[in-house]
Amino acid sequence: MSSGIVVVGHGMAGARLAEDVRRRDPRVPLTVLGAEPRPAYNRVLLSTVLAGGLTPEAVRLHAPGWAAAHDVDVRTGVAATAIDRAARVVRGTDGSAVPYRKLVLATGSYAFRPSLPGLDAPNVAAFRDLDDCERILALARPGARVAVLGGGLLGCEAARGLAGRGVDTVLVHPKPHLMERQLDADGGGVLAAALARLGVEVLLGTAGVAWEQEKGLRCADGSLVPADALVVATGVRPETALAAAAGIAVDRGVLVDDRLATNDPHVHALGDCARHPGAPAGLVQPAWEQAEVLADLLTGADPGARYHGTRPVTRLKARGVDLATVGEPAAFGADAEVLRFADPAGGRYATLALERDRVVGGAMIGLPDAAASMIQFFDTGTPAPADRLGLLFGRALPGAPETADPGRLPATAVVCRCNTVTKGALVAAWRGGATDVAALGRATRAGTGCGSCGDTVQGICAWLADADPPALAAVPEEGAA
Amino acid sequence: MSSAAAAGNRAFGLDRGMPFPVTDLDDAEVVVLAGANPAETMPPLMGHLRDARLVVVDPRRSATAERAVASGGLHLQPVPGTDLVLALGMLHAALVDGHVDKAYLAARTTGFDDVWRVAAQWWPERAEQVCGVAAADMRTVVGWLAGAARRYVLTARGAEQHAHGVDTVSAWINLALALGLPGRPGSGFGTITGQGNGQGGREHGQKSDQLPGYRSIADPAARAHVAGVWGVDPATLPGAGRSATELLAALGRPDGPRAMLVFGSNVLVSAPDANAVAERLAALDLLVVADVLPGETAMAADVVLPVAQWAEEEGTMTNLEGRVLRRRRALRPPEGVRTDLEVVAGLAERLGAPGFPAAPEEVFDELRAASAGGLADYAGITYARLDAGEALHWPCPDEDHPGTPRLFTERFAHPDGRARMSPVDHVASAELPDAAHPLRATTGRVLVHYQSGAQTRRVAELAGIVPEAFVEVHPDTAARAGLADGDWARVVSRRGAVRARVRCVASLRPDTVFLPFHFGGDQAANRVTNPALDPTSRMPEFKVAAVRLERV
Ligand SMILES: Cc1cc2nc3c(=O)[nH]c(=O)nc-3n(C[C@H](O)[C@H](O)[C@H](O)COP(=O)(O)OP(=O)(O)OC[C@H]3O[C@@H](n4cnc5c(N)ncnc54)[C@H](O)[C@@H]3O)c2cc1C
Repeated sequence: MSSGIVVVGHGMAGARLAEDVRRRDPRVPLTVLGAEPRPAYNRVLLSTVLAGGLTPEAVRLHAPGWAAAHDVDVRTGVAATAIDRAARVVRGTDGSAVPYRKLVLATGSYAFRPSLPGLDAPNVAAFRDLDDCERILALARPGARVAVLGGGLLGCEAARGLAGRGVDTVLVHPKPHLMERQLDADGGGVLAAALARLGVEVLLGTAGVAWEQEKGLRCADGSLVPADALVVATGVRPETALAAAAGIAVDRGVLVDDRLATNDPHVHALGDCARHPGAPAGLVQPAWEQAEVLADLLTGADPGARYHGTRPVTRLKARGVDLATVGEPAAFGADAEVLRFADPAGGRYATLALERDRVVGGAMIGLPDAAASMIQFFDTGTPAPADRLGLLFGRALPGAPETADPGRLPATAVVCRCNTVTKGALVAAWRGGATDVAALGRATRAGTGCGSCGDTVQGICAWLADADPPALAAVPEEGAA
Repeated sequence: MSSAAAAGNRAFGLDRGMPFPVTDLDDAEVVVLAGANPAETMPPLMGHLRDARLVVVDPRRSATAERAVASGGLHLQPVPGTDLVLALGMLHAALVDGHVDKAYLAARTTGFDDVWRVAAQWWPERAEQVCGVAAADMRTVVGWLAGAARRYVLTARGAEQHAHGVDTVSAWINLALALGLPGRPGSGFGTITGQGNGQGGREHGQKSDQLPGYRSIADPAARAHVAGVWGVDPATLPGAGRSATELLAALGRPDGPRAMLVFGSNVLVSAPDANAVAERLAALDLLVVADVLPGETAMAADVVLPVAQWAEEEGTMTNLEGRVLRRRRALRPPEGVRTDLEVVAGLAERLGAPGFPAAPEEVFDELRAASAGGLADYAGITYARLDAGEALHWPCPDEDHPGTPRLFTERFAHPDGRARMSPVDHVASAELPDAAHPLRATTGRVLVHYQSGAQTRRVAELAGIVPEAFVEVHPDTAARAGLADGDWARVVSRRGAVRARVRCVASLRPDTVFLPFHFGGDQAANRVTNPALDPTSRMPEFKVAAVRLERV
């Protein structure tokens, strides 16, 4: 077989890259080695699987038979063990030696486990892959109490998902507030309260020191958090061992440039395992954008393609808690304009940082439509509206009350759309002697089209009939209501 | 509308705007209107939507969107050109929240697994980032649809007029199918067909790849049938022709037509990229326009044939429900004015092909024969039955047949009787904003004007209400361009510029401007629109163009 493109890792980045390469070049030899024993699946949706919204089959990325139909040599359950850069060969756990013209590292991240005693017990699980998911679900049998260690994004999603299944869940976090990488103390407080309302017990400032298999989590102050099982969600680390062993430059990720190339021009990297200065860590969006660029380069479809970075947007996927953050809190410049609102009782929180009208960072809880707009303004760089209240609160901001009172309707309000009849025109016709609905219709044609304004015309008619002449003189002008 | 037609054919095996009578909507509990603004474009329809909770998908806070909010529903405001992502996000939410009707999918559809594989990649939070509609709103709306017994999804031009309009409509159909709506009495999917006879035109050969009865001009059996009705050799029928936009682009070119006869279409105003259209019309050797009024295109013609108006001739129209309506003459046309049929018959005579009837009923009977056995079968519909007051919806294969007010209640029109779900994915608009053109322009209608405005701009009462082109702009966006409410502005795209008066609208997305398309000359919105075509329907992308605002 002539050597072609070899991808190490069949996760979200590797699978997408294979697809993107095939879309551009149906023929170039393409091999994918995947350490996991199953076909590629959507890791982002594991939280939904844990929460019970999706089956493991539903998160599979490619249809059965996809690889064969697209002539991709996918080797599931085969991990790469070494790269011989001089010979341009990758070795696999199945004893194979796969030659490459271009090698792509897509090895993702691994779940970081703190060095606490007892974490190798059978009732402890990480939360990184489908096997983990299935193990957690097996441990979370009815009546069990599960402790989740780590109150970052994944820990919160896991705890929420388990609580939603009726599992007695306690979330243990060593820091004083949840998701401290993305939220300040107020935001973390609102999040903790929201999770508590959904049935998650939240223990903050509580560092676990040991897992006691039969009892639970022992804490630094000597106390015990009783639990039957432990989910460890204490962060992820880029999987770089293979690259480092082959002498490829690594520093908290395989270092890549705008062409996703490492210091070896025949070796590229993308996704969680790669570190590009403009890419936020541990999110799928950069991985997918990188796959497009790399496919353009590897197939020659667009030799000028470059990856310049991705704007960091984080969204908690936890039913009943609407949380979004954009930007890095530390990146707010000193001259940033910062807006803040916290309503712990109402479960709402918003903070936004703007520089010259551009949203540069922010976090929102419990304000879903304002959060969607924040993400848009951040992502596109469109200047934010001058109405900062509207920006911060969205629909939660009470607008001018929809007036049903005909007396308060402005004279210019169009009552009958079909015939463009304003309230002012109706008042004028009434004064001209058309003093019932039928006469108003004859005089102005109001209500003679689709008829859906009938009730309003009736209301105005009644209001005019009740009103004394002085009130008639005081028809509010435009905007007066 | 051709995008809705293509998507409907693909999914259901048949395209009829509404496969149920419009009065069925009266009892609806929830109606989702995707890219539809009937409060302004079809006010009578609103009378059928009085009791339903409405959800309106529109980048603008239209009159219909306001009604939606007042009805206890929602206005979803996607970035123009991203409606498909919204529909995918909603489908994802439907599955995760347990709202997908699996028994219906198993019994009545094919293709869900492939559709899901695409929708799986659009979890609501990701879809939100692209389309700007809150993930929570997607879940809410899907929950409303799933929780109601009588619910509808309706689409219109806002979903269709994109370079990926067919796929966008397909995405809404997929959602409706996943929730088990189509073919279930009291629920359904439909498209709000625009013009009085939009449905009738598209099913009887107005598109250049069709024959009457919704037959394909490429199908040998269909060719044989229609040629038989006309008594000609099937080989003399032409093959599929160019789509409208492509035809206009070919005018006067070496491989294109050198002469054109236009019936009642003001292409100089209504086709995308108006400057290019003007150039192509000028390149013709001969342009003949049959019209009622001297619109922009008629004024550019070498010969104008004055023809009768709708109230001056007999005929039928087929409305959005596939119901055939009789049209009766109210007035005699002025002296020397012919009907369109008389023009066609007279031309045929002079071109040496006599025998074309000019009497409407005779032509209708020919259409009945030509459509017999086709999908849109009119064989059983007669003037006599219509005049007797019967409400007849096609297919109506014989004179004893009561017509078909509700389609698909037992089976869909594909050979296996099942609806086909198509895996469709998001593709960015053909033209995206950049530094020089940072805004997205979208186009549409206002209540008082009709189409290119050739008729309505001449009516003093209507012109008095909306006398000139305007551009709706968010007040901040206007201020940034140095413009205030009431100023004249130039809206500039890569193709041209349109002059319009600024209307500041605080509810508009700051990245979007709206232009009505009813005006001509330097106020014609289509000077800026993009002629990028849908690969299937060949419908142009009227709804997204990258523009900037300038002071005049
Ligand atoms: C529960 C959960 C929820 C998440 N939610 C979100 C979210 O909401 N939004 C978001 O943007 N991101 C989210 N993420 C992160 C997202 O899943 C990752 O960013 C994404 O999967 C990265 O893709 P990747 O291909 O780089 O890595 P991975 O998907 O981890 O794939 C790497 C693959 O490579 C394999 N591999 C490793 N070493 C070798 C080897 N030597 N040989 C062969 N194969 C090897 C691994 O087994 C793995 O299958 C979530 C992650 C988890 C776990």
